[in-house]
Amino acid sequence: MAETLGTSPGPEGFRTSPGPEGFRPVEGSRLVEGLRTYRLIAGMWVRSSMTYRTSFAVTVLGNLLVTGLDFATILLMFSQVDTLGGWSLPEIALLYGLSATAFGIADLLLGSMDVLGGRIRDGSFDTLLVRPAPVLAQVGADRFALRRLGRITQAVAVLGYALAAVDVDWTVAKVLLVPVMVISGAAIFCALFVAGAAFQFVAQDAAEVQNAFTYGGTTLLQYPPTVFGRDLVRAVTFLVPLAFVNWVPASYVLGRPYPLELPQWTAFAPPLVAAGYCALAGLAWRAGLRSYRSTGS
Amino acid sequence: MTEQAFIEVDQVEKVFDVRRKTGFLKRERREVRAVDSISFTVARGEMVGYIGPNGAGKSTTIKMLTGILTPSAGRLRVAGIDPSQERTRLAHRIGVVFGQRTTLWWDLPLIDSYKLMHRMYRIPDARYRENLDRLVELLDLRDLLDSPVRQLSLGQRMRGDIAAALLHDPEVLYLDEPTIGLDVVSKVRVREFLKEVNAERGTTVLLTTHDLQDIEQLCSRVMVIDHGRLMYDGPLAGLHEAGESERTLVVDLEREVPPIDAPAPARVVKVDGPRQWLAFPASESAAPLVARIAAEYPLVDLSVREPDIEAVIAKMYAERAGA
Ligand SMILES: Nc1ncnc2c1ncn2[C@@H]1O[C@H](COP(=O)(O)OP(=O)(O)OP(=O)(O)O)[C@@H](O)[C@H]1O
Ligand SMILES: [Mg+2]
Repeated sequence: MAETLGTSPGPEGFRTSPGPEGFRPVEGSRLVEGLRTYRLIAGMWVRSSMTYRTSFAVTVLGNLLVTGLDFATILLMFSQVDTLGGWSLPEIALLYGLSATAFGIADLLLGSMDVLGGRIRDGSFDTLLVRPAPVLAQVGADRFALRRLGRITQAVAVLGYALAAVDVDWTVAKVLLVPVMVISGAAIFCALFVAGAAFQFVAQDAAEVQNAFTYGGTTLLQYPPTVFGRDLVRAVTFLVPLAFVNWVPASYVLGRPYPLELPQWTAFAPPLVAAGYCALAGLAWRAGLRSYRSTGS
Repeated sequence: MTEQAFIEVDQVEKVFDVRRKTGFLKRERREVRAVDSISFTVARGEMVGYIGPNGAGKSTTIKMLTGILTPSAGRLRVAGIDPSQERTRLAHRIGVVFGQRTTLWWDLPLIDSYKLMHRMYRIPDARYRENLDRLVELLDLRDLLDSPVRQLSLGQRMRGDIAAALLHDPEVLYLDEPTIGLDVVSKVRVREFLKEVNAERGTTVLLTTHDLQDIEQLCSRVMVIDHGRLMYDGPLAGLHEAGESERTLVVDLEREVPPIDAPAPARVVKVDGPRQWLAFPASESAAPLVARIAAEYPLVDLSVREPDIEAVIAKMYAERAGA
């Protein structure tokens, strides 16, 4: 039998099984395990994209320029008007910088999750379930693309300009609030990505819906709440808590009236909102995963 | 758990709720009983073939055994683990090959998938290298390691997938149609390899296939499933009896004649010019029949064909449908 393959098992052949538990050493919590998985898979994609350095550099640059067009649109508008909804250019730049940076981070981390619906529909999602790693981390890290750094780069540049140009009496609280806003905002967008992915278990062609919330959301937040109708602002505050990415806390920093006359302390709520929303998204993901029924072929 | 029953399946059912659009906003709900109260056990080191017609419930069973699907009813254990409850823990101990789709990373070079598995399964370095070398050699993957998986041919990809499923020394290997679409040479190679893995490592193997040669050459035991029900579980040879199979006598005559008047239960099943096909019970000798034809007809040549296992199974299915 072995001869047909031109080899013989010999003494160096396969050994016996590794023992009843496989090679599984004591595992940490699911979170640690998830982060480890994410790092492994994302690292693999990064290494693979780095094989062609110039092509990588070109795509990052392209990504930077394309996403930079968003802000160019705003600049173009300000060549015609002095304020937008009562907000000056540096103030709008602050909204833009905060929203785009937060979104950019979330997009870098989880931006590939919109392909999930396709994987569920064609059944290739099955293959993720037979690997010994949290599925969310596998899905999130899939096709991790460093070129998305381009978006973050231009967003941070605009944010830097805004912070330098806005007319603000910087207090300790206001200074601290800036990184808090970025991190909480990124977490809120991450939660949106996960919730959107969870929804794809129910409706496999919902990727567009998810993109409407994420990409649409960040575009919305680049403009001040004063240019939108009250109902929309209400929805963006209470239903999908995007207002906490920048509108509410930025209003505090800029000393502007809050949207919907929210109480003062809400400017410091973003971390809480983000945590709560992440928890909800996590539950939605679990429910979605539990409802997964594979395909018939 | 006894060492005897490595895989335990007890009265397991899987019912799918299928919703179908029948009109604008109108939906019809239908239950599909993909697996209907199946019970069997597989001992450690066994190599079992799992066959049945399209839609019989083979893939569904495998998906329940890997934890991808949760059974609607019944009890299921693999190495003492309830797959759907502890899917991740079980994953360290099983290897899965889906013939229809790859578990490899489509856009990455083959070797990258293996490196990733190395880390993900926490395979000790020495063991990983040892296993990889061995698998690469046995499955002839050396020249493919640097190609992105999407560039591999079906047969190459399948070999790549099989290697991936074995890197972490799983105790059981599930193969859902591992030879689908492979050419004859690749099929032989995959079969030889599976035999070797089973013999050397004592890996338990459960494989589904539509190619009965896979079963004939690999499995001492076969399970036949149809419409979600287990129809047969036993040695391959037993299928002939269970299916009341028939052998075929092919006779070439000097000229065209009306169908041969053969003694029952033998009968002519096909006539094509001077050549006629006669079916007779596999359990009987062909000699009397041959003697009689030689005496009464202008016989030129003849051959006896062993029962086609495929036909045996088709007959089993048909009988059940008729019953
Ligand atoms: N995810 C699913 N949702 C709905 N119905 C399903 C699903 N998976 C399988 N089925 C149905 O269950 C039955 C059994 O399917 P299964 O895939 O197990 O068959 P199989 O024996 O593997 O067939 P094949 O030889 O064609 O691969 C079929 O009627 C199929 O339509
Ligand atoms: Mg199948």
